[in-house]
Amino acid sequence: MKKYLSFFRIRFLAGLQYRAAAWGGIATQYAWGGMTILMFHAFYQNAENSFPMTFRELSSYIWLQQSLLAMFMTWFYDNDIFDSITSGSISYELCRPCDLYSMWFVKNMAIRLSRVVLRCVPILLVAIFLPDPFGMRLPPDITSALLFPVSMVLGFLVLVSFNMLIYISAFYTISPMGIRILVSSITEFFAGALIPIPFFPEWLQSFMYALPFASVQNTPFLIYVGHLNTAEALQSICLQAVWLIVLLAAGRILIKHALKKVVVQGG
Amino acid sequence: MKLYFRYLSMLLKSQMQYKASFLMTALGQFLTSFTTFLSMYFMFSRFKSVNGFTFSEVLICFSIVLMAFSLTECFVRGFDVFPRLIRTGDLDRILVRPRSVVFQVLTSNMEFTRIGRLLQAILMLCWAIPACGVVWTADKILTLILMVTGGISVFSSLFVLYAGISFFTLEGLEFMNIFTDGGREFGKYPVSVYGEGVLKFLTYIIPIALFQYYPFLYLIGRSENILFMFLPLLGIIFFLPCYAFFRYGLRKYQSSGS
Amino acid sequence: MIQLKNISKTFRIAKRDAGLKSAAKSLFHREYTRIEALKDVSFTINKGEMVGYIGPNGAGKSSTIKIMSGVLTPDSGECVINGRIPWKNRTEHVREIGVVFGQRSQLWWDVPVIDSFDLLRDIYKVEQAQYKKMLSDLTELLDIGEIIRIPARQLSLGQRMRCEIAASLLHNPSILFLDEPTIGLDAVSKIAVRNFIRSINREYKTTVLLTTHDMQDIEALTERIILIGKGRILLDGPLAELKNHRSSHKTLTVDYLGPRLCVPENLRLLRDEDGHAQILVDTDVVTVSQAISIISAHAEIKDISVAGETIDETVVALYKEFAI
Repeated sequence: MKKYLSFFRIRFLAGLQYRAAAWGGIATQYAWGGMTILMFHAFYQNAENSFPMTFRELSSYIWLQQSLLAMFMTWFYDNDIFDSITSGSISYELCRPCDLYSMWFVKNMAIRLSRVVLRCVPILLVAIFLPDPFGMRLPPDITSALLFPVSMVLGFLVLVSFNMLIYISAFYTISPMGIRILVSSITEFFAGALIPIPFFPEWLQSFMYALPFASVQNTPFLIYVGHLNTAEALQSICLQAVWLIVLLAAGRILIKHALKKVVVQGG
Repeated sequence: MKLYFRYLSMLLKSQMQYKASFLMTALGQFLTSFTTFLSMYFMFSRFKSVNGFTFSEVLICFSIVLMAFSLTECFVRGFDVFPRLIRTGDLDRILVRPRSVVFQVLTSNMEFTRIGRLLQAILMLCWAIPACGVVWTADKILTLILMVTGGISVFSSLFVLYAGISFFTLEGLEFMNIFTDGGREFGKYPVSVYGEGVLKFLTYIIPIALFQYYPFLYLIGRSENILFMFLPLLGIIFFLPCYAFFRYGLRKYQSSGS
Repeated sequence: MIQLKNISKTFRIAKRDAGLKSAAKSLFHREYTRIEALKDVSFTINKGEMVGYIGPNGAGKSSTIKIMSGVLTPDSGECVINGRIPWKNRTEHVREIGVVFGQRSQLWWDVPVIDSFDLLRDIYKVEQAQYKKMLSDLTELLDIGEIIRIPARQLSLGQRMRCEIAASLLHNPSILFLDEPTIGLDAVSKIAVRNFIRSINREYKTTVLLTTHDMQDIEALTERIILIGKGRILLDGPLAELKNHRSSHKTLTVDYLGPRLCVPENLRLLRDEDGHAQILVDTDVVTVSQAISIISAHAEIKDISVAGETIDETVVALYKEFAI
């Protein structure tokens, strides 16, 4: 555990070194969130009654999305891992006294978290002071506030364990970069990163909830803004847990198989 | 010009060495813009229209922006990844060759996988042109062409500006994405939907509205002002300060070597 | 003809300290240090000369090369190359120079080398007839006729370096800057590259300025060396002079019987183990024969040999002497 913590510390310090990058990222995400909200506002003014959630809920949803971007971005993959697989240097990693799956898992968490820690506070601070209904608001009730962190952690773990599957796929394909861009664009869509899932047509929504991607950012955000009632929220959290278990198990099994292949073929 | 095509065929040859990767990336590019299109479709099937613009009208706007952006990303890629030239020292190599810096940066990199995005833009345009209810007279066609040209020049200027900034810092550059990637992403709607303030900013500071909004009004017959048709040309002027800034950065690079 | 006069250059770099606190502080405020990369650098190189430019890492070698190739502008001083100021007439100037950065490639990675050559012909606007002649000369001299149809990424380091050098010479520059041209090469390729540089210099009267850490390169190629350290020119003269400068130092290698050696202060004991010793003699102080008689007074000499310093040792000694 200690080695993982020190790894996290190094990533975090490296992130801090680049002050301009941090400010640049914060400004970008702030502008991005603002523009997205303005776009929804135009639709809202047009047909208020067709809006599937309140505008306040939407604003909080978007600000959460922007401030926690690094945690839930679907397109981020660590190139080092792909390189080590395609170049064959993975054999060295196998010599180390760490479990490969856990090491990659922690590394991905560390990179994402170190970025979030640095960037989310300034964005949220500004967003909280924006005028109604464009600003970030606190959860409407105590249950949402309590369930949100649980769901957020679960969603984060679901995403990272899904990322692991893509890393492992690099053992089997000739173009991991190609797979990566294909998968990211699809997951981003189904995770509700382009537009929140409630804005999709009913028939597609039920399909989307059957995929693991809805459990990533959509569930915690909807819980936070109070869009789901307690029963729905608990149900979604259970679904997240199920997906997490399924993805973790799949990852474990696949990496075992993949490594067997590496050992047999000598990389 | 002959030399330009030599470079072009050389880069194409290089990228074709990795066919599988090329095709997958191009397909990925297509999918990315296709999911954006789908999201828009769902928004419009729920809300019918935005600010009085219908879906097929907005699609025209989106496809023009996407077309201009993907062409720029393909052919002006050298400026888009300019920080890499500084970091690897390849800029020094460029400086010891007897050709203009701009020419060599342009030919240092082209990203042909953007054809995936271009394809999506063309498909949308093909669908929207007959559907949007515009009578396609000569002036409307000219407006369309001017919009794409203006878009290419504004996005190119932004890339050149970005390259210029990278002479001073290699870090805070993510900030420029608001205007480049943001221009593509939010330019899918006529920029007036974001309100008066944004429209003013995108008219006078970063002139995206000059090729995207005003001529669009003329195109779909929302405005009779023929001047709007030629506003994209004004966007070309935006290149001058951006280029001047790039030259200024280059001089600074030559005096500090970093 | 290359003329540098009192060239100076100062860089400003940001300080970066380790630790969380200072990193957080640097978010708002940053300190800078000034580094004098070059100070009053002057030298003249005539047409057709081959000069070795040596000095430890960070001494200012590459800054000088950058200034001479027009990439960098100095703070003060004059630099005139073939009648032009490099950073003022960049395009005209670079047409007449060739630059090889040993650690960076100018060949396009994924296409056959000959395609890169053809493109360079167009970049430098070399006439077809002249290009053909140059290409055939170069392929013959460098023995790369076989490999120029292969993509650069598939070549060995030695093969690629030979192609790199050829690429820098296609436009027949009158001046060639070579930055570590033999780095990482095996013995065969090193010798091939050296021979080639020599024949280019002879055949085309190309002025060559060579920076390297490989003293054998210097010994094999150059008559004259310029030593730079901490941004200043420390020595400029014939290689022989540099060797003479230190030729008073000889090393005696002795095999002896008897107790461990004990030498007076005017000799320096470098090594002494199991009856095998190395002694450094400064012949300005003690002659070799005096030294031998001192040693034989202490012990029974079985075998003895006398050797001068190798060039590597000379350079190390020089760096020490100038404290760089």
